[in-house]
Amino acid sequence: MGKKPAAVIGIGQTHHRAKRLDVSMAGLCREAIDRALEDAGMTLDEIDAIVVGKAPDLFEGVMMPELFLAESLGAAGKPLLRVHTAGSVGGSTAIVAASLVQAGIHRKVLTVAYEKQSESNAMWALSVPVPFNMPVHAGAGGYFAPHVRSYIRRSGAPTHVGAIVAAKDRNNALKNPYAHLHNEGTTVESVLASQMLWDPIRYDETCPSSDGACALVIASEDVADASPNPAWIHGTIMRSEATSAAERDQVNPQASRDAAAALWKQAGITSPIDEIDAAEIYVPFSWFEPMWLESLGFAAEGEGWKLTESGATALDGRLPVNASGGVLSSNPIGASGMLRFGEAALQVRGLAGEHQVDGARKALGHAYGGGSQFFAMWVVGADKP
Amino acid sequence: MPRTLSAPVAVAFDYTRSTGPVLGRFLTGLRDGVVVGARTSDGRVVVPPPEFDPVTHQATTDFVQVASTGTVTSWVWVPEPVKGQPFDRPFAWALVTLDGADVPLLHALDVASPADVSTGMRVQVRWADERVGAITDIAGFEPVHDGGRGASGASLEAPSDDPVTGVITPVGLDYVYAASPEESLFYRSLAEGKLVGQRCPTCEKVYIPPRSACPADGSPTVEEVELPETGTVTTFCIVNVPFLGQKITPPYVSAYVLLDGADIAFLHLILDCAAEDVHMGMRVKAVWKPRDEWGTTIENISHFAPIDEPDADYETYKKYL
Repeated sequence: MGKKPAAVIGIGQTHHRAKRLDVSMAGLCREAIDRALEDAGMTLDEIDAIVVGKAPDLFEGVMMPELFLAESLGAAGKPLLRVHTAGSVGGSTAIVAASLVQAGIHRKVLTVAYEKQSESNAMWALSVPVPFNMPVHAGAGGYFAPHVRSYIRRSGAPTHVGAIVAAKDRNNALKNPYAHLHNEGTTVESVLASQMLWDPIRYDETCPSSDGACALVIASEDVADASPNPAWIHGTIMRSEATSAAERDQVNPQASRDAAAALWKQAGITSPIDEIDAAEIYVPFSWFEPMWLESLGFAAEGEGWKLTESGATALDGRLPVNASGGVLSSNPIGASGMLRFGEAALQVRGLAGEHQVDGARKALGHAYGGGSQFFAMWVVGADKP
Repeated sequence: MPRTLSAPVAVAFDYTRSTGPVLGRFLTGLRDGVVVGARTSDGRVVVPPPEFDPVTHQATTDFVQVASTGTVTSWVWVPEPVKGQPFDRPFAWALVTLDGADVPLLHALDVASPADVSTGMRVQVRWADERVGAITDIAGFEPVHDGGRGASGASLEAPSDDPVTGVITPVGLDYVYAASPEESLFYRSLAEGKLVGQRCPTCEKVYIPPRSACPADGSPTVEEVELPETGTVTTFCIVNVPFLGQKITPPYVSAYVLLDGADIAFLHLILDCAAEDVHMGMRVKAVWKPRDEWGTTIENISHFAPIDEPDADYETYKKYL
């Protein structure tokens, strides 16, 4: 039995900032929700179910925040689900919401993901020492930097490719009014001159720490048909794998490759580089752009960096990647995946404003999390599948 | 000797909460010695004010001052208070509907025994000596002896010039971390200066530390394998960034060390050479702390240091990246 058609008909996000001291967690979520509902031409009363996602509870120190948020999210009297898959959670939350519609259970589902990083310190929260173990952990950057080094060694990429990604994404962010970082004048040279934090990852090649939220309204075919510009869901996929296993490929994980292959098959795509018009890929550290380009099948193994270096991933390139500025420019962790999914939908709806990719008809939204062990992806299109 | 090792873990942080305008208005009131509720669209007065109206879902804006006196609608006795509760002596948790409010507020009621509490009894706020804009500005409730009603119901003007916008919420969690039996074997072996892993009976991969079950195929691991203290740096990063809670002063090299004979690398420190001289394929050896400093921990190995051997060929370790 096939899935029923579903589409994104409303998208909302906050103005992401280092510290949104003006709003509570509920207020932050509602800012995104109210914009998504307005976009969908809908009220909270019309929503059938709500799916909320955020990254580890230690970031805000609130266990099961969905309990205290329920009323503010308009969930009283409705099903409320919380999803948790570390950094990929924004993507998997959107997929869970979509599946409630695709399964024919609900017609109008609201999904929201958020993080209020200013309430604590993510480096601290991700580096709590474990007894008997070596306390060498140094946050997400410390975790991923050795694997970036492995990629550089394996692919033979020139060492400035990461800086190309960072300069591109930071300049794209200048066209996105919601982006956290609006750093004028970022160049490959300025990125290369920035401080080395977790060698080989530099300061300007690292995502910021942000407060923010993203919300989507996902609707069934009959509802979406009445929308002027739905983003139809052509495929969704989630995969996970063990964090550590002997000979596990940490650069190009099996779960990522399997997820991509299954996604393209589901969406009827045989040549991703030719058929995807815009990609929002989860790139918290610049080098993950070429790494994921390979894993996702946009480039052959060892050649992702060539695509980046050639300018193909720029806003006017063959495959614009992170036209929004990406995770490198806004990183409310729990929401970062949903922002990728939502930005992909904005592109195919033609509503991305200044960072719109001309004529985008099919787009990829991608998120990963944990130690590159959770993957969530979707393909959305302007045409009904 | 217990089968497994365990050790305490304390996770604590003083979280900085943004209150938003509605809870901020409530907390500003407490700091100023008044209790602020809000009128919701169904006409009820709710304390503390909800951030969004339960019916219209609009942001709450109609604030109302309620009295600091009220009526107990339900309660429970706390015979043995625990750390962090409002009183260090037995007390009652009570639902108190303040005069002028329609919905009860939960707080502590300071009475000597359960015989002194009853549903319907009249109580009043006892303010804290020093008020800072937190729920603890109400030290607790106490019985009202004259049964009087306080002033309430006035609509409030704009909040004070110096509104409360944030609160500090200290959160502390004390865990007992328990290592698995297999990890315990590994850590106890370290206390004898040995590195002991386990081989998966199915895929024959050698795991160190041992994992109890092979992550790849789920087979229980039993066979112990003692490994040498030499190995190869597969990959690494140089940590230059200081952060809260950091145990090692940067810069330091955090490296994956693949012990000879192992099929998985683990993270450790590389010292005794300049950070910029550490490289992939570098051969290293464990440097142990003085024996009298040993415990059941990987920290018995102070760090790994380079040894005078040619680099491992990339082909020999590339599948471990």
